[in-house]
Amino acid sequence: MATTVEDPRVIEVDVRTDEMLVNMGPQHPSTHGVLRLVLRTDGEVVSEVTPHIGYLHRCAEKIGENLTPRQYIPYTDRMDYLAGMNMNLGWALTVEKLLDLRVPEKGRHLRVLIAEMGRIASHLVGMGAYGLDLGTFSPFLYAFREREKILDLFEEACGARLTYSYLTVGGATADLPKGWLEKCEAFLDQFVPVIDEYHTLLTTNTIFIKRTAGIGLLSPEMAIDYGCSGPVLRGSGVDHDLRRDGETIYTSMYDDYNFEIICERDGHYPQDQDYPPVPIETMLGDCWHRFYVRMLEVVQSVGLVRQAMEKYQASEGSHGEPIKLNQKLPPGEVYLETEAPRGQMGFYLVSDGKAIPWRVRVRSSCFSNLSVTPELCRGCLIADVPAVVGSLDVVMGEIDR
Amino acid sequence: MEFQAIAERLQERLGDAIVAVESEAIDPWIEVAPARLMEVATALRDDPAWLFDYLHCISGVDLLETDPKKAAKTEWEPHLQVVYHLSSIRLKHRLVLKVHLPRWKEDQEGELPELASVASLWNTANWHEREVYDLCGVRFTNHPNLRRILCPEDWVGYPLRKDYEMPLEYHGIRGR
Repeated sequence: MATTVEDPRVIEVDVRTDEMLVNMGPQHPSTHGVLRLVLRTDGEVVSEVTPHIGYLHRCAEKIGENLTPRQYIPYTDRMDYLAGMNMNLGWALTVEKLLDLRVPEKGRHLRVLIAEMGRIASHLVGMGAYGLDLGTFSPFLYAFREREKILDLFEEACGARLTYSYLTVGGATADLPKGWLEKCEAFLDQFVPVIDEYHTLLTTNTIFIKRTAGIGLLSPEMAIDYGCSGPVLRGSGVDHDLRRDGETIYTSMYDDYNFEIICERDGHYPQDQDYPPVPIETMLGDCWHRFYVRMLEVVQSVGLVRQAMEKYQASEGSHGEPIKLNQKLPPGEVYLETEAPRGQMGFYLVSDGKAIPWRVRVRSSCFSNLSVTPELCRGCLIADVPAVVGSLDVVMGEIDR
Repeated sequence: MEFQAIAERLQERLGDAIVAVESEAIDPWIEVAPARLMEVATALRDDPAWLFDYLHCISGVDLLETDPKKAAKTEWEPHLQVVYHLSSIRLKHRLVLKVHLPRWKEDQEGELPELASVASLWNTANWHEREVYDLCGVRFTNHPNLRRILCPEDWVGYPLRKDYEMPLEYHGIRGR
């Protein structure tokens, strides 16, 4: 018997079901930690999403008012715990801005090297976990296999695999051990071909494209209005990256580095020619584009790490001496944002001239990125909610602080 | 646009809405009269010479010296500050706005000071203002949904105020 497929939206009107509130989280694998979303659903269609946060609130700002800046470094690790190195760097630079301190050349290149490795590791988790959200398990394993190697390298450099406290105010706690650069080089050489595997598994996978193309559209205006940053902002086609557009103390770190901001210009991404073309079903600002920006940033970071290794080897002298644990801060206040893997991570430090800050404020990139979810999920299907939240790549440790 | 130019133009246009300008600081800031915040913020966002389209962060700072000996020596009266970090993605300049508020409305302890919400200008302010309300105790008027955001809804007190004391007990959990 031949049946005609009707437009599901028509049925929705005819047989109107009662509205139902569905709790997604706080313990739900695809909410990336302890995020709770309350969905107002009408059948399969979500009419409203209300995010509830705070389940991982650990009073990071209050703790900052009781510790000296160097003692606070381990707490920054626990903000975005998937990119501890980048959090260390953000805080260290903020304090250095207040102290008017510049790290030596060697320390600067070491920081770029470590921060960009951190970005690769973080994007690998984002990518692998996004596959999980959409119901495919293998990319997760492929991604974690490579991330594991980066963590091994980090462990060799600082002794920790997750909470590094490696980059610190004034430089780094230690120089890289002997033979580290060769291992890093070997890792990059074998890692670059693996990126193509990821493109086969996800980027160009038909099911993946169907699940992400045109879903969760974020217009550039809305992205700016909601204070989105990082790949979420650039996925909407806004050409903004603090590594180029940030404050001098941060951009000077990347002064003599060659890199192009990953963002679509006139329908093309910078590295378009080497990588799979953008599928025609996708629209700028959808989940697919946010994912693609992350994938291309991995390639970009590999390039930056290579440059950093070269410059690090060529530079002489010290990698930077950490300041004293109880060094007095000059009175004043500074605000500084850095480009962490998930977006612009900001620290606001108010000092009254003692060793312990008067006030520490943390501006989290994911906090602002997540606040746009209600807009993105309005009118989508329940199954699209994990696709949208996953594409924002949120880390609750950073949102709740 | 340079900070000096922004400050001068702002003073020219809105006169006494600008209470103070500090251009010597590492991050120069402008202090705005609380009642005129909306006016200033709207001008900053919409004026084609400024176009401050991106609100980074709203922070609450409690200025209260709890030690009576030190309090006698401080140069400032106890007050709250709400700090806005703005920038323009298109024009690539930055600005810091400050608003000084009393710690309690009309000095009545427990009555939160009020400030106009800028959530209608920048949507990101919605969550940021909720956080300032939650942790520092500032009531934002005309806010679409002013609820606690990080602390539980039945939490008592404003943890980032300097005179805050941890509760002894919360739902059977020992506090201190």
